[in-house]
Amino acid sequence: MAVMKVHGNPLSTATQRVLACLYEKDVEFQFVNVDMAAGEHKSENFLSHNPFGQVPAFEEGDLKLFESRAITQYIAHEYSDKGTQLLLPGSNKTMAVLHLWKEVESHQFDPPSAKLIYELRFKRFVGMTPDSAVVDEHEAKLAKVLDVYEARLAQSKYLAGDHFTLADLHHLPNVEFFKRSSVKKLFESRPHVAAWVDDITARPSWIKVLDLQKQKV
Amino acid sequence: MATPVKVHGPPLSTAVSRVLACLIEKDVPFQHVPVNMAKGEHKSPDFLKIQPFGQVPAFQDEAISLFESRAICRYVCEKYAENGNKWLYGTNPLAKASIDQWVEAEGQSFNPPSSVLVFQLAFAPRMNLKQDQSLISQNEAKLEKVLEVYEKRLGESRFLAGDDFSLADLSHLPNAHYLANVADRGEMFTSKKNVGRWWGEISSRDSWKKVVEMQKQST
Repeated sequence: MAVMKVHGNPLSTATQRVLACLYEKDVEFQFVNVDMAAGEHKSENFLSHNPFGQVPAFEEGDLKLFESRAITQYIAHEYSDKGTQLLLPGSNKTMAVLHLWKEVESHQFDPPSAKLIYELRFKRFVGMTPDSAVVDEHEAKLAKVLDVYEARLAQSKYLAGDHFTLADLHHLPNVEFFKRSSVKKLFESRPHVAAWVDDITARPSWIKVLDLQKQKV
Repeated sequence: MATPVKVHGPPLSTAVSRVLACLIEKDVPFQHVPVNMAKGEHKSPDFLKIQPFGQVPAFQDEAISLFESRAICRYVCEKYAENGNKWLYGTNPLAKASIDQWVEAEGQSFNPPSSVLVFQLAFAPRMNLKQDQSLISQNEAKLEKVLEVYEKRLGESRFLAGDDFSLADLSHLPNAHYLANVADRGEMFTSKKNVGRWWGEISSRDSWKKVVEMQKQST
């Protein structure tokens, strides 16, 4: 079986999403660092892996994939019998609920989160001042989303059901940043969401992703 | 055949039309349930039970209640695998992986700028809302970059995920239709050789024509 390769950057949230999945599945892979500061992600060579010039990209033999959530879906399905079960196999119904909460992360949680991370993390990193009006606007949007999560997590231990799945995993990179930022107030005031964040960010596979980040920086 | 599945929401909604197109491709009988958004029905307690974000569509069959159009489409394709277009979500894991990749690309790269443009150019005028010119220019530029990636891809592949029309192409139909036919932005597609060819093919599918007919009849 060909070795899996992940091309990415440990600081990229999308790359971290894929790394977390690989660690949960306890499978061998090679990490190929992409020097984004040097613009490597826009090079001709990298564009052949991801035509949008974004990280991560994934390879396994002849299979080449991009989009972190498509990569995790492939890995979780292909290596279903290894490591942690990250899907809800067994019926179309349980898989549908999983896909639903993965879409919620993608289309409800991620957009305001990405805007907040841009203002509060990226801008500070490059020495720009965050725009407080934009921060307020997206915190308000995120708060509404977290109200839905609070209600859901009051009835369900994890988003898609009784056990940790890709639906929860996909949130890890963004919630980790929020835990350490002013946005944490939105989580702390919602007890079920707060407990869920503490639970998922304490997983050994996630700690490994954070360690990798520390090593590479 | 079991009772028809239910789709809640107006056919004019891009996300609702995504689900309708999928159901028609898969030849799955459905019942369309109107939702009066002008009267705020999508924010009513009853509706929030089936869609807690207060958005359309919502979907029900005898087994499950779902929301998020792309999750609904995947469920329909898996549950009704033997119905209608069998290649819509691929017939093997590698085909599925490629389709998933391009559905994600649609959701993450095509949808955000095209949704803004659809709202600004197609819906805002009808709702007597002022258009934001700088938002329009910014998102035209973003969409242009995405279509450049598509132009290259569609030079190598007949459809986005491979040789067959799939969920990945279908996912684009709702926003692209408004851009081409209502917002006067058809040139963004037709001025590119491969994207133009692809748009011509996917927009003339019988299933999409039926959705457009449903949209017309609902006004």
